[in-house]
Amino acid sequence: MTPPKAATAETLDGGAPVGGTEELISGSEAVAHAVRLADVDVLTAYPIRPYDTVMQYVSKLIADGEFDCEFIVAESEHSQFEIVKHASTVGARVFVGSSGVGWLYAFEALAVTAGLRVPMVAMVGNRALDDPGAFGVEHNDALAVRDLGWMLCWVATAQEALDTALIAYRVAEDPRVSLPCALSCDGAFLTHSQSIVNVPDQATVDSFLPPYDRKEKLLHPDNPITIAPQANEDWVMEIRKQSDAGMRRARDVITEAYDDFGAKFGREDEPFIERYMMEDAEIALVGMGTLAMPVKVAVRKMREQGQKVGFVRVRWFRPFPVEELQDALGGVAAVGVIDRDYGLGSAFYGGVLAGDLRTALYPLEDRPKVVSFIAGLGGREINTDNVITIAGMVSDAAEGGTTDDQDTYWIGVRE
Amino acid sequence: MSTGSVEVIYRGIYQKTLAKNICRGVVFAARKEGKIGIAFGRYSDSPERNGIPAKQFAVVADEQEELEEYLSRYEPDNNDVTIACDDTLCKGVESWAWYGLQPINKLLGENGTLLVTSTQSPNKLINFIHRKASPYDLALVRSEASFSGLWVYKDDHTDVRLLGALAKVAPHMFSIDSMLAAIKEQFKDDLKVTSAKKSYDDTEAQPVSTEQGNEEVPYSFELPGWKEMEEGIVIRGMDMSKGGTGKDGSYVPVRNEVFKKFSTRTMRPVINFETCTKCTLCWLNCPDTCFDVTADGLYDANMEACCGCGVCEAVCPVKECVTMVNEEAFDDNDSQWAMWTKDKDGYGKWLAEKIANQPARSHGFHHIGQYEEDIANDSA
Repeated sequence: MTPPKAATAETLDGGAPVGGTEELISGSEAVAHAVRLADVDVLTAYPIRPYDTVMQYVSKLIADGEFDCEFIVAESEHSQFEIVKHASTVGARVFVGSSGVGWLYAFEALAVTAGLRVPMVAMVGNRALDDPGAFGVEHNDALAVRDLGWMLCWVATAQEALDTALIAYRVAEDPRVSLPCALSCDGAFLTHSQSIVNVPDQATVDSFLPPYDRKEKLLHPDNPITIAPQANEDWVMEIRKQSDAGMRRARDVITEAYDDFGAKFGREDEPFIERYMMEDAEIALVGMGTLAMPVKVAVRKMREQGQKVGFVRVRWFRPFPVEELQDALGGVAAVGVIDRDYGLGSAFYGGVLAGDLRTALYPLEDRPKVVSFIAGLGGREINTDNVITIAGMVSDAAEGGTTDDQDTYWIGVRE
Repeated sequence: MSTGSVEVIYRGIYQKTLAKNICRGVVFAARKEGKIGIAFGRYSDSPERNGIPAKQFAVVADEQEELEEYLSRYEPDNNDVTIACDDTLCKGVESWAWYGLQPINKLLGENGTLLVTSTQSPNKLINFIHRKASPYDLALVRSEASFSGLWVYKDDHTDVRLLGALAKVAPHMFSIDSMLAAIKEQFKDDLKVTSAKKSYDDTEAQPVSTEQGNEEVPYSFELPGWKEMEEGIVIRGMDMSKGGTGKDGSYVPVRNEVFKKFSTRTMRPVINFETCTKCTLCWLNCPDTCFDVTADGLYDANMEACCGCGVCEAVCPVKECVTMVNEEAFDDNDSQWAMWTKDKDGYGKWLAEKIANQPARSHGFHHIGQYEEDIANDSA
C-alpha cells in the first residue's frame, strides 16, 4: 500500500513538486475528485449501490461550485452508457460507472464501445450479480467484459483509485490506444471506507493529463464522418483486429503513464502489478483489489514464522501483464490465486484470474504449480486465517502433498 | 454428376419466400431420388432490405461428404443453374456483401443454365447480361416479376413454374416425375403440379456464346486491410465542396465511386422537362442525392445513383412530370436531360413510349384488400 503523502506542497525524495491537500475520503470520493481534476465534460448517472456514492460526491462538488460538467441522470444504465458513448464522439471527456447487474444492464452499449474506440472511463463499484439484493463485492461484474476490448484495472486503496483514474484517462485517450477503461473498486471495502488521501492540485494534474482531442475522429459538422454504420462479416474481423492492436499498444502507453505520473506526483508504482515480499519468496499468493490488506497482514505473520511467502497484486487485468507475472512468479514453487470471482464450469472449475494466470505461466519451462482458490464472494470477509490456510495448502502443493493444482478450493464457505 | 447446386438471385424481402420455396423444392425433389440436400440463404437475412439483390442456394448430393465439400465454401460457385427471379437483375447485382457490380452469371458453371422469369425477348436480356468467358444456356419462364415475398405471399405459381423448368434444364439433378411428386407432397395442390408440368413442357434453353452479351467491365472495389481502414468504424463523408461544375450554375454532387447500388432499382423515374416547374421537391426529397441540377435549373436523375424508390414521383406536384417506369425498358444509364437538350421532339416521343409501355410492377400492396382485388382482376 502507498502511504498517504503530506498535506501541503513539498519536495519528495524524487525531487518532484507535490501540491494538493490531505483529505479523509472514501474510494468513491477519491474517484469523484479525479473526475473533477480531469475536468470531465459529461457524466451520466443511474443509481446502484455501491457505485452511486460517486454520483453523490460529484453532485456535491457541483453543488458546492467546485466543479462544472453536464451531469445527466439517465433512465437506465443502458442509456447511461449510450449517452457518454455519443458524447465522447463529439469531443467530450466522459465519466460513467455502475455496479453488478446495473453494469450488465448496459451490456449492449459496453460491448460496442471498444470497437468504436471510445475512450470512456468507467468506475465499476464491484458488486455481486444480485442474487436477490446481494450488494457485497464480487469481481464477476467487471470481468464480464474481459474479452471485449475494455481495459480493466483493480485498485486497493482510495489513493490508488484517485491516481489510477487520472492514469486511466491518459491511457484510454492516447491515440495509440483509444479504448475504454473500467476502474474497479471493491464495493464497501473501498467505495465506503474513508482513508487519508492526497488530493493533488489542478496544475500538477494538468501537466500530466493533456486535453481530450479526437482530432480527425471528432464528430462535427466541419468534419463530416459517420461513426458505426452497418458492419457485416466483410468488415467485422478487421474492426476486431484494430481493437486488438490498440490493446497491444496499451502496454507501452500504460508504462509511460506510470513513469510520468511518478515523476510529477512523486508516487512511484510499478505499472501492472504490485509485488509484496516477493524477493526471496518460495510460494506466492495472487489476487486483485482490497483483499491485498488481509493478505499482506497474513504474509507478515507467516514471515515471522519463517515461511517465505510473498504476494502479487494484479492491478491491470486487461491488458493482462504476462511478462510481469512471468518475472514475478517464474521462480516460486507454487502459486495460490485467490479469486473474488467464480468461473463455474471453467477449467478445473477455477477462478477467472487463476485461469488467465495459468495460461501466462504455461510457456515457462520451470513453471510453478497454480492452485485456484475462491473466496470472499458476495462481500464475505477474507480474513488472515483464511489466507494462512490458503498459504498452507499452496506449500503442501509445492511439496507434492495432497493439495491438487487441478482442483479448486472454496475458502470460507460453510460445509 | 453426383452433386448439383442451384443459385437463386432475388429481390430482398419482396421475393424472399419465393426464393425459399424454390430452394426447398430442389431438395425435396432430389430426396425423392434418395439424394440428400440443403437449402440455405446467403445475404438473405438481415440486413436484407426491400429490393436489394439477395441470394439463396440449394445443393444436392448422393453422399454427405460430397455435400460438405460443396458447403465448405461460403458461396457455392460453378452452379448448375442460376435463377434470376426478376429480369432486371440481369443488369448485374450489387448486394450488401458484394463490392462492385456482380454479373448475374458470375457463379454459373460452364454450360450451366441461367433461368430467368421475364416477358422480354431472350436477345434483349442477353444485351443486359455481362459476357462470360465460358458458354452457358439461357432459358426463360414467361412471367412478370413475381412479388411473393416475406410479408405477403402472392401465390402466382412462379415457384413451381421455376421448379418445373429446373427439371428440364438440369435433368441430372432430378427427373420431372420426382419434382412433380415433391410438389404434390409439399403443396397438396394439383393445380400447382399442372403449372410445374406445363412449365417443364414449355421451357427451352438457347445457347449463349462467349461472344454474346454486355461488354462493359463491371465496376469493382478492393476491400481494404485492417491497417488501411480508419479505426473506430469511422467512414469519412464525401467532400461535397468538390461537387458541381459551378460556373454555368449546374451542380453535380460528389458521389461514391464504388458503392452505386443502382442494381437495387426495378423502376426508374422518367422526367418531362417541358412540364417541370423547377419546384425543387424531387431534388430535396431524394434520399440518395441522385438529382443533378442542370445549368437551366432543371433536375436530372442520375441513373448510377438512383435506387428507384419512387419518392420523386410521389412528391412531384405536376401530373406526369415524374413517372416511374419498369427498369427493363432501359438499356443504359444515360442522362435524360442530355437527350432532351439534344433533341426535344425525339425525347418527347421517347418519353411517351416509355410511359405508354409502362408494364405493371408491384412492390407489394398499397392497401388492405388489394391482393383480393388483383386476383379478381386477373380472373376477369
